[in-house]
Amino acid sequence: MIPELGTFATILALCLTLILSTVPMIGAYTGNKLWVDYARPLAKGVFFFLSVAMLLLAYSFQTDDFSVMYVAQSSNYNLPWYYKISAIWGGHEGSLLLWVWIQAFWTLAVAVKSKDLPIEIVGRVLAVMGMITAAFLMFILFTSSPFERILPNPPAQGADLNPLLQDFGLIVHPPALYMGYVGLSVAFSFAIAALLSGRLDAAWARWSRPWTSVAWAFLTLGIALGSWWAYYELGWGGWWFWDPVENASLMPWLVATALLHSLAVTEKRGVFKSWTVLLAISAFCLSLLGTFLVRSGVLTSVHAFATDPERGVFILGMLVFVIGGSLLLYAIRAGSVKSESTFAVSSRESMILVNNIIFTVACAMVLIGTIYPLVMDSLDLGKISVGPPYFNALFVPMMSLMVIFLGISAFSRWKETPLQLYLSKLWLPAILSVVAAVITHWIYSQSIEPWVLLALVLSYWIVFTWGREFISRLRHRDNVIKGMTRQSRSYYGMMLAHLGVAIMIVGVAMVTIFVEHRDARMAPGDQIEFRGYTFIFDGAREVQGPNYISDMARVRVFRDGELYREMFPEKRLYTARGTVMTQVALQPGFTRDLYIAMGEELENGAWAMRLQFKPFVRWIWLGALFMTAGGLLAASDPRYRKQVKREAAQRQQVTE
Amino acid sequence: MRKFWIFTPFVAFIAMSVFLFKGLFMDPSKLPSALIDRPFPSFTLPSLYEPDRLMSELDFKGEVALLNVWATWCPTCKDEHEQLNKIGLEEGIPIYGLNYKDDPQLARAWLERYKDPYTKVVVDQEGRLGLDLGVYGAPETYIIDQHGIIRYRHVGEVTEQVWQELKGLMEIIAAEEEA
Amino acid sequence: MKILKSLPFVLLLWSCMTLASFETYEFSTTQNEMRYFKLSKELRCPTCQNQNISDSDAPLAADLRRELHRMIEAGYKDEGIIDFMVSRYGDFVHYKPRIAPETYILWFGPFVLLLGGLSVVFFVSRNRRLRARKAQEAVRETVDVAPSVEAADLSGGLSEQERERLERLLQQDK
Repeated sequence: MIPELGTFATILALCLTLILSTVPMIGAYTGNKLWVDYARPLAKGVFFFLSVAMLLLAYSFQTDDFSVMYVAQSSNYNLPWYYKISAIWGGHEGSLLLWVWIQAFWTLAVAVKSKDLPIEIVGRVLAVMGMITAAFLMFILFTSSPFERILPNPPAQGADLNPLLQDFGLIVHPPALYMGYVGLSVAFSFAIAALLSGRLDAAWARWSRPWTSVAWAFLTLGIALGSWWAYYELGWGGWWFWDPVENASLMPWLVATALLHSLAVTEKRGVFKSWTVLLAISAFCLSLLGTFLVRSGVLTSVHAFATDPERGVFILGMLVFVIGGSLLLYAIRAGSVKSESTFAVSSRESMILVNNIIFTVACAMVLIGTIYPLVMDSLDLGKISVGPPYFNALFVPMMSLMVIFLGISAFSRWKETPLQLYLSKLWLPAILSVVAAVITHWIYSQSIEPWVLLALVLSYWIVFTWGREFISRLRHRDNVIKGMTRQSRSYYGMMLAHLGVAIMIVGVAMVTIFVEHRDARMAPGDQIEFRGYTFIFDGAREVQGPNYISDMARVRVFRDGELYREMFPEKRLYTARGTVMTQVALQPGFTRDLYIAMGEELENGAWAMRLQFKPFVRWIWLGALFMTAGGLLAASDPRYRKQVKREAAQRQQVTE
Repeated sequence: MRKFWIFTPFVAFIAMSVFLFKGLFMDPSKLPSALIDRPFPSFTLPSLYEPDRLMSELDFKGEVALLNVWATWCPTCKDEHEQLNKIGLEEGIPIYGLNYKDDPQLARAWLERYKDPYTKVVVDQEGRLGLDLGVYGAPETYIIDQHGIIRYRHVGEVTEQVWQELKGLMEIIAAEEEA
Repeated sequence: MKILKSLPFVLLLWSCMTLASFETYEFSTTQNEMRYFKLSKELRCPTCQNQNISDSDAPLAADLRRELHRMIEAGYKDEGIIDFMVSRYGDFVHYKPRIAPETYILWFGPFVLLLGGLSVVFFVSRNRRLRARKAQEAVRETVDVAPSVEAADLSGGLSEQERERLERLLQQDK
């Protein structure tokens, strides 16, 4: 009964979204305010019914209802209750439901938080979001319902959740990532609504900005969580593999980053309007494309969901409708948009445009690299692999160039910036960053690695240029405290995010160049000296987990002759699926991680062990957290709300 | 000019979706052999039937034939064995066997138990020949022409449908030679 | 049916990635060891696709690692080893596509796009400037409409503080 109610709730939600995507839109066109007013309650209704569907699915998981096919595939009696919650989004069907539920959540958020916007804009935006929700709901109901039953003979036991996914990472990574992916649909819907209404003004950019910041922050967080999860769960100690699925999440992130910056220019200066709209459309379209790449099986990937061409055709159809439709609308409508103000070759506008170009080209590069094997194959030019050596070779120089401009732009001004100003402000940070980089590098390793040196120079470059800019702002105030409090939240948000870039660069370079590992055969009692630590293996013993049996080793780590830590790497056998998994032991630290993975069991209780020393790896995710915090802080800036209120009042006056 | 450029995102997307559509019906995991139209790699390995006799690539010359890479540890090899028996024993097509990373004892027992469709079987216990041949998953089935040149590779189970395809190819290759 | 058939393969893919298997090879020099780790990460495992042979648990990956170790210790150059692998497993096996006419777009396309994009930025901002200056010459209004080069020279006479104050004031006008 419960799963059928779930299907029913999903169908009701679909009906509501169909009304939501048509009635307010027609109302906005015909000027029928009553019809437009339906948008908000409908958005609430959709969210309500999808929440009911989510709860019912959760109920089926918690009560081990294996007559539901999805539950039988991805759960098990012995699965701990918290993994029974995260198992909801552990497979294709359930993760789609999560996606669409989050979509409904964002729609609700726009409905609630848009009190000060003109109602016909709100109506259009919600209608566009309703269309996207409707498309996904149809996909769920027609091809991938999580409520489908296995009747009349339900299995007595579930096949269990994939052991890789039985982890804290899976509880938080998909929701955060989807919040980001789907959050981009808000900027998308604002863009489409603006194109439809023909009112593509600076106000549009102002409304989209906080939403884009929040979505971008979640996307950053989601990607970082995924990277962290892969790092400790897969047992290889890598944090980014350039796997198609990772690329699928990186592409919208790159474009969303460009969009964040471009929106600032459009809002403040009224230029690049049509370019910004294109970015807003592309960012969300790339999230959709990512979904397609992951779920259709056109690319082999470690994360890929089970392949089924029927689903692939359906998503592709949806893609053509949403992406093709919106790009066509853009081509027809955006041609007539003109910008009213001008800027010089040397100005903040052109700086941000350079930022946009680099991020967009980086995204194009990732896209080309990801689908090139597919294109070659379908043209019968042979099977090739495009992997980390390619992406690193192109991505690193592009991002280095981006960071150089990031530093320069600290002193750029709107409209025009005299070159002498750049020179006078930049020479000191330039010298300082080189000197500081050489010194810190030498202190750390008593050697000079060119890539690390470059990374440190770039990192200091960001810190010193923006630091100098910050100080010069304070100097113009009567006192420092007052100066600090006078800066806006979005300014601090930007500073945090830029600082995050500097932190991340250090982490990436250090862990890539200075990583060390030692593969060794260790018998009980054996000890290994490695990077100033002594590792003593005390043997492995069998441990019974809730749904697995594990060989748990104990490794004592000594530093300077004293016991420093005990580490417990494991080799687990998950009984339901019969899969063996390596559970690494980590000793995280601010400047380095110790990482132990168990390999195969050798003779006489000896094991193959891989010890790794990972300097500054935490800084990668720390940098991402700074960016996330920056995005959220910027979005919380009260000036967005004030400005919107003021504008609404002005519009009122004009119409009256 | 501007009117033209503004259509590029749309056009690029449509072009890409054509490839994505084609991609839906391709299997990205199936690899063609890198040795197509190249001679069978040279080797010196024992025969499964007479462990003292050494075989070489010369043993695979003379007629258009199939070469099947198999092992007793490979479940799909069991699945396709019936079909191989039909091809080798009923239709009388020559099939060379390459016993890949296997225990010869077990392999002989397997052929006794499930019947033996092979005309010759070479033992590649270390997987060296498999490596030279570019084997990446048993079972694999190759077509080798009378000069010992590799002409085709199929990865995975040989079903009746696959066999009809292979048969067609073998007939074409045989006809080529006569012409 | 198709789904059911592909299921074992999917499971196989999963089983590919769950164990961390590795050997404890000895190397004659640390340089050889570094080359081993670099190359084993550049070679793609044909069985467990989307894993390099260093991370893959497939028996084939172990064979390839053994071969890689042997060749490095036997003094082969990197190119020789890559050629050895590619001649057996095809271009697929190397994660770094070689530069050939069919991969020109892949390798050079992004740089062409970057250069194209940057020159568009340059010309767009210059053209706008020129157009603005023409319009300005016609109108000759106050400085804040669009400070041209002359205006910039003029403001160059202002001190840093004054200039920023001016900027802020202008900001408020908008």
